[in-house]
Amino acid sequence: MSVGPPLWLLLELTYRCPLHCVFCYNPTELARTGAELATADWIRVLREARSLGSVQLGLSGGEPLMREDLEALVAEAHALGYYINLITSGVGMTEERIGALKRAGLDHIQLSFQDSTREMNDFLSSTRTFELKAQVAALIRKYDYPMVLNVVLHRLNIDHVGEILEMAERMGAQYVELANTQYYGWAWLNRAQLLPSRAQLTRAEEVTQRFRERVGGRMQVYFVVPDYFETRPKACMNGLGSVFLAIAPDGTALPCHAARMLPGLNLPNVREHDVRAIWYHSAAFNQFRGEAWMKEPCRHCPERSKDHGGCRCQAYLLTGDAANADPVCELSPHHDRVVAAVAEAERLAAARPAPLIFRDHRISIAVEAAHSVAPRPS
Amino acid sequence: MSELADTARPAIARGLKLQWEPAQEAHVLLYPEGMVQLNGSAGAILSRCDGVRTVAQIVADLEQSYGATGLKDDITAFVTLALERRWLELRA
Repeated sequence: MSVGPPLWLLLELTYRCPLHCVFCYNPTELARTGAELATADWIRVLREARSLGSVQLGLSGGEPLMREDLEALVAEAHALGYYINLITSGVGMTEERIGALKRAGLDHIQLSFQDSTREMNDFLSSTRTFELKAQVAALIRKYDYPMVLNVVLHRLNIDHVGEILEMAERMGAQYVELANTQYYGWAWLNRAQLLPSRAQLTRAEEVTQRFRERVGGRMQVYFVVPDYFETRPKACMNGLGSVFLAIAPDGTALPCHAARMLPGLNLPNVREHDVRAIWYHSAAFNQFRGEAWMKEPCRHCPERSKDHGGCRCQAYLLTGDAANADPVCELSPHHDRVVAAVAEAERLAAARPAPLIFRDHRISIAVEAAHSVAPRPS
Repeated sequence: MSELADTARPAIARGLKLQWEPAQEAHVLLYPEGMVQLNGSAGAILSRCDGVRTVAQIVADLEQSYGATGLKDDITAFVTLALERRWLELRA
């Protein structure tokens, strides 16, 4: 099998974040991970990956603005020829920094909002940040960056999609991503409270479609349906080890954002190996390449080369085996678990909600302690 | 979209980048969180869209470079498509 280059490089520069979002995909064990890479390490990673053919660069976290060397990393990446996307909550952005990032060669800023209203934005992120984000949106426009607004949707805000789109229009966004929560990390802990009902989802899609028809080509709106409501899995990462390489704050190399959770995957670290060895030769990056690892029903499925069996992390979380078919697929023998989760969400939506667990360093330690005495939920 | 004038000056849209990628042996168009790998003729056309040259000049340049004639319709159709997709914009 011929292996192409890691075209998409994501550097999760830090797990530090001023927000405490309930749907964060960062690992709940984030407090346990090692020290952050130093500037020189990140620069070496940028050079090694670029020489292999990486060209789309994401800088995220955590909150990447927490890194004081962000401007230096952007300048290096720009000199190397990357297209550079900063994925940020906006917290920590100032006019001085946004100007410095522009001069360093930053191409694009994706700004996240948690909702269209101050109250819900601030509640969901457990902070008071709405006004600040609106100011950052104005700065993004002033400094002539393409603006993508990203809003993660779930049961508590999906009914505000119309207001969210109007907010994006007022702020001058060219692209809006309405990304339904994917259930990993902190979002997995809160799944029962976050999964929307089918009626909510249908309404939100209708509102989005009407908005698209009104604005025409001025704005592009992406609506990412939650996996759990599909009957075929997404082609997650276009197959692990195909185009996507993420580096976690401690230097761990990941074939997808959430792969840290997969048991038995001995993830290599850029402190010990160069990017070429990691991408082409490490066991972790080869384990789910191609189709040899697949089990039935994927192994003989005519759609296996299209969806690559779906998401390995979802297979693991819901079935206990990362090599199983993604149970989102109705051909999976475990599909009933997805159906049951949706039914449970419908029931809970009508009942009294349980408390949410906000992403937090101290809670991460507590979650880790709980995991050590109880098996992971499935 | 109205018909493309010979005197129009197309340019890569702001916020996008066009570059040659040796690893892909292709021109690629880069935009927020995405990338299009271009075939040879698309790469040849877009790499001449610099906001200075007119459509007529781009056609003449390509016909000379490739020793061909009668390319105008194909080039105009592609530039029109690229404008619709907002890969290109017109400069004054």
